[in-house]
Order: sequence, then C-alpha cells, then structure tokens
Amino acid sequence: MNLPLAFFGGVDPWIFTFSFITVALTLWMGFRSAKTSKTASDFFVAGRSVSVGWNASAISGEYLSAASFMGIAGMVMSSGYDALWYPVCYACGYLFLLLFIAGPLRRFGAYTIPDFAEGRFDSPMFRKIAVCFVLFIGFFYTMPQMKGAGVTLAYIFPGLPYWVGVVLVGAVITLNVALGGMKGITLVQAVQYWIKLFAITVPIFVLMAVVGFYNGQVGANLAYGETNASAANLNHATGIERKPLVAKAPADPAWIAPFGPLTTKAVNAAAAALPAEQRAAFLAEHQKPYSLVYTYSLIIALVCGTAGLPHILVRFYTNPDGVAAKKTTMWVMILIGVFYVFPPVFGVIGRNLMPELYSGVGAKGTDKVVLELPTLISAKYGVVGSILSGITCAGAFAAFMSTFSGLLVSMTGALAHDVYGRMLRPKSSSAERMVAFKLAAILIGGVAVTLGCFVEPLEINFMVGQAFAIAAASYFPLLFMSVWWRGMTMKGAATGMLTGGLCALGAAALTNLGTLALDKGPMGKIFAGFAPLNGYWAEHPLLRILCEQPAIWSVPLAITLMIVVSKATSAQVPADIRMKMLVLHAPEKLGLKQEYIQDHQAGAGH
Amino acid sequence: MSSPTPNHDDVVHSEPFLRSLMRRQLALSIACAATFLVALLGLPLLNYFAPAFMATRLAGFTLSWLILGVLFFPFVWIISYVFIKRSLRLEEAEVQDLHHVSSK
Repeated sequence: MNLPLAFFGGVDPWIFTFSFITVALTLWMGFRSAKTSKTASDFFVAGRSVSVGWNASAISGEYLSAASFMGIAGMVMSSGYDALWYPVCYACGYLFLLLFIAGPLRRFGAYTIPDFAEGRFDSPMFRKIAVCFVLFIGFFYTMPQMKGAGVTLAYIFPGLPYWVGVVLVGAVITLNVALGGMKGITLVQAVQYWIKLFAITVPIFVLMAVVGFYNGQVGANLAYGETNASAANLNHATGIERKPLVAKAPADPAWIAPFGPLTTKAVNAAAAALPAEQRAAFLAEHQKPYSLVYTYSLIIALVCGTAGLPHILVRFYTNPDGVAAKKTTMWVMILIGVFYVFPPVFGVIGRNLMPELYSGVGAKGTDKVVLELPTLISAKYGVVGSILSGITCAGAFAAFMSTFSGLLVSMTGALAHDVYGRMLRPKSSSAERMVAFKLAAILIGGVAVTLGCFVEPLEINFMVGQAFAIAAASYFPLLFMSVWWRGMTMKGAATGMLTGGLCALGAAALTNLGTLALDKGPMGKIFAGFAPLNGYWAEHPLLRILCEQPAIWSVPLAITLMIVVSKATSAQVPADIRMKMLVLHAPEKLGLKQEYIQDHQAGAGH
Repeated sequence: MSSPTPNHDDVVHSEPFLRSLMRRQLALSIACAATFLVALLGLPLLNYFAPAFMATRLAGFTLSWLILGVLFFPFVWIISYVFIKRSLRLEEAEVQDLHHVSSK
C-alpha cells in the first residue's frame, strides 16, 4: 500500500484529474462510435453528409499532433526565430494541397493515395509500393507522438521514467484500436480540435494577462545591433520581468534573429573542430549561406510534405462535392492558422521566465514548456496555475492520442488489408481478416512503442519534420505529377517515388543515429557505434545539412526521375489517359465523375 | 445538369477541350502559388540581405518575427479565399463555354 502512495506523492491532483478525464472521454467516444460505425464504407458514406464546419474541425483535429501542441513551443524556446518556420509551413502547406491536388483528387473519387496510385496507372503492383510508404511515413510520424506521451506522463508523475509513459500510453491506445474503437470518426476528431484550441488559448491568455503580452515578451530579447541599455529601457517601459539565462541557452541576438542555432548547428560544429585561429574566418564565409540552404530545404519539406500526408488526404472525400471540399480546405487553414499563432508564445515566455528548462535533457527539456509554464502563476494565484497546467496536459493527451490512433488505424489497415488480404492471403475469409487486423494493430503498436523508447533525446518537432520530408519526396511528386502531366507511366512514378522517398528516409535515419550517438544517457551507449559519423559531418557541414534536411535535393530528384523514366517508357502510358485526365479536371457539373474505386475496395484502405 | 447530346459529347472528349481545361486551371493555380511563393521564399532572402531592416522593432516584435509569426497566416487565408472564388467562377465558365460550343 505504501508504494502507490509514494508514487502518487508528487502528483498534482488538478493536473491528474484533467488528464484522466480527457483520456477517459477519448476512449469512451472511441468505443461508442465503433459500435455505430462498423465498416470503412459506413464511415465514408456517413461522412458525406457532414457539414463543412464539422469536417474542417475534424481534419484540423487529426492534423494537430504532439508536434504542434508541445513540439513547436519547445523548439521556439530552444532555437528561436528559425523554429517559426514550422508552424507557418504546417499551416501553409494546405495551400499547395488546395491549389494543385485537393480538387482533382476529389473528382477522381479515390479515397487514399494507394487507391489513387492504382486507379491512375491501372496497376495493382503500384498500389503495393504506395502502401509501403504509408508504413514508412507512419512510423516516422508515430515516434514524436510517443515522445509526447512519455514527456507528458513523466511530467504528471514526476518519478516515472520516460519509457514507462511511452509503453503505458502506447499499450492503451493499441488495445483500444485492436478492440475496434477509435475509428476515424468525424465527431471524435472534431471535438479533439476544440479541446486542443481551448487548451492552448485559455492558459496562454491568462498567462499573458499576468506576465505580459506576446510582443512585450519578444521585445525583452536583444535584437541585431541593440545594446543592453536600449533593452533595459524597453523592459522598463513594458514591465517585462526576466530571469537570467542559463549557460546552455542561446544568446539573445542569435535567438531572435533568423539563421540562429537551429540552422547553423552544423557549421558551428564544424568550426569547433577547427584550430581556434581559423574559426572566425570559416564562420564568416560559411555560416549564413549554409543556414539559408537549411531554411529553404526545411520550407520545401514542410510545404510539399503537408500535401502528401496519407492520413490527411483521406478526409477530403467525406465532403459531398468539390465545392464543399474547397470550402473545407479554406476553413481548415483558418482553424489551424488560429491555433498555430499560440504555441510559439509559450516558447517565448518560457525563455524569459523558465530558463532552467534549457539545462534539462530529454523528457525534462524544453519540449515540456507547454505543460509546465502555467504553474508560473501558482505563486500568485494558487490553484489557478495547477488548473491551467491540467488543461494544457489534457490538450497534450488529446493531441498525441488522436494523431497516434489515426495513424495506427491507417497503418494497421494498410498492413492487414493490403499486405495480408491482397498480397499474402488473397483468399482469406472475412473472419481471418478481422484476426489479422487485430494482430497487425498489436504488431504496429509494439513497433511504434519500441521506436518511441529510443527517441527521448530527439526534439518532437524535428522528428515530425522528418516525416514531412519523406512525404515531400515520395507522395507529393507522385500526386502533383500524376494530376498535371498525362505522360506519366507507372514505371516513372514508381522509380521517382521509391528513389526520392528512400533517399529521404535514409538521410533522416542517418541524422537521428548521429544525434543519438551524442546523447549522454543510455541511448548514447547503444548508438555509440555511429559516433564517427559526427566526426565526418564536422568536416563536411554542408553534407550534414543536406542529410538533416534532404528535401532540397530529394524532391527535385524524384521529379526528374519521374520525367526521365516516363519518357523512356512512354509506350506504357495508360490507354484511356484522356478519359482519366478529363475525370481529374473537368467540372463536376458535366457529369463525368466516375467512381474508379468501389466501396468494398476502399474499405481495405482505412 | 444537361443531358449530353452526341455533339456535346464529342466536344467534351476532344483534345482541344481537355487541353484548354487543364491550361486554364493550371494558370490559376500557378498564379496563386506564385504569389504565395514570392512571399514564402522572399522572406529568407530579405533576412539574408537586409538583416538590420528586418530587425526593426514594431511594438516589441522584430519586423521579421511579426511577418512570420503573425501576419503570414491571414495572408494565406486571403490567397485561398481568392483562389476558391476564382476557381468556382472558372468552372462555371467552362460549363457555359461548352454549352455555347455544343449548341452551335
């Protein structure tokens, strides 16, 4: 009896209560909606009657993951201005989706990217290749969700090791999915969006009212060419209070200006390896050009990657028609845009008032600033701080639970229906497939939890950026080129997608292995074999940047390969390509819409 | 919704119709994308070549921070609003043109 008491000793009852209610509510809604909606086609058909407002909330709810909720704030705090590209590009990527892909894909009537790949090229083989990328991108996307879970649980229960949180949350959600709950039901996802928006805005407005507003908090940092005296005047005028920065925190001018610690890390590491007298010259020559390359590569990855995320495109088909699809996209941009203004504010205030987080590593580092920051006002307003912290914890749970279960469902669907049901055992019965679905859910959940245990030293937001880079080099070129160029052949599309995607995947994996080898904790020992990689990168900082942010070369590579190979195999362009192009582009009023993919096939996808 | 006559069908399935359809839609999308990309890709260039200007203070924010952290979102909303208006009008025009041609 003593053990649980000691375990709960450091737990704040308010934080625990809010988090517990969110988890229970999510699980309950998942089970309830699983009863009313048994098959994937139920979900799609029911979805078609959903209004623009609900559908836009649901898409936003599925999109805002742990990276958006916790990662952005942590990264803005640790890296400053450069991290702002993440929220901006997460939101603006939808514009590319709207301009080039959403309308044609909606007219084509394919539910998922594998459906589209098969229908556009009349090739079941290509479908299988496309399915593999659902799994690749999915695993990269689940790792940061798992870290979010580990960090949040380690915050709620201060004595709990990071990995216990990952295993616990991963097991609960996996079990829930395996038992049939948590299908991507519109209502659940829509409610999750409003929980997240509430959980990020209410605490930050209360905080800003107490400690000073966004502009004042940014203003408390010295910018380019400013001196301590001018900052002192400014702080005096705005009344912003600051705690002294710790040694590990970046200095003011580097933090507030572009080309700061995030984008110059590789060059700085290279300079540190040089003899002291050469450092200044090396930095002056390479630092800014290289960080410009980093910035552009990051932008390409995030903007193109959003347009190629498999679990997001699915939702566009729940719209009744193309007009509603376009309006939904616009509302999604507004809803997520409103949300994305606020996480950086946590990072900015955290820098001024909670600098001790810079010294923490892993689960104790800047990634938990969203959860902990509201407790600042506890000293003045007592329990209000705990309540607000409980609300942000509840939002964090909503974030990683909704995204993780959505990903788990689509990955399990890909494995159970496409890989098992079509490739391994095409003749399996319906009951066998249900068993396969459950086993696949447990298998994928298990792999996701195992991967999640290893990534404590990596930043949440950075990992999501890698998933986007892989999507940008595989699915985005596929969709963009297939929609707008009729000369594409299956071989061209497959070569480009595989090469681009696998190159990005390899580069991202190498970067992570190098970073893990540097970790001071147990991960550093496991991955110590990769330490020489960092030495090599110190000599070649540009290669390190191109590995960390591969989009700038992998996206053009994929598109070039698609064009070259398609030209070489131009005899294999589908015979009815003109009809396919008409279906993709002709206004729906002309009545050309042709459902290429029947409902029973679509059921396999999700 | 019109019941397609054979003549109407011929026009719809003709090469020139598809070509003009795709060209008009792509032109609109590229115009909107270009506006967006000029701002998105221009901002790092401004940061690169005019750091002192971009560090100008506006109510506490630096100019660069204000643009990226706050103003960029409404900018994208405006582009998407304009695109949706125009693309709906374009689809309407395409249907009208077709009726016009096929009724001759």
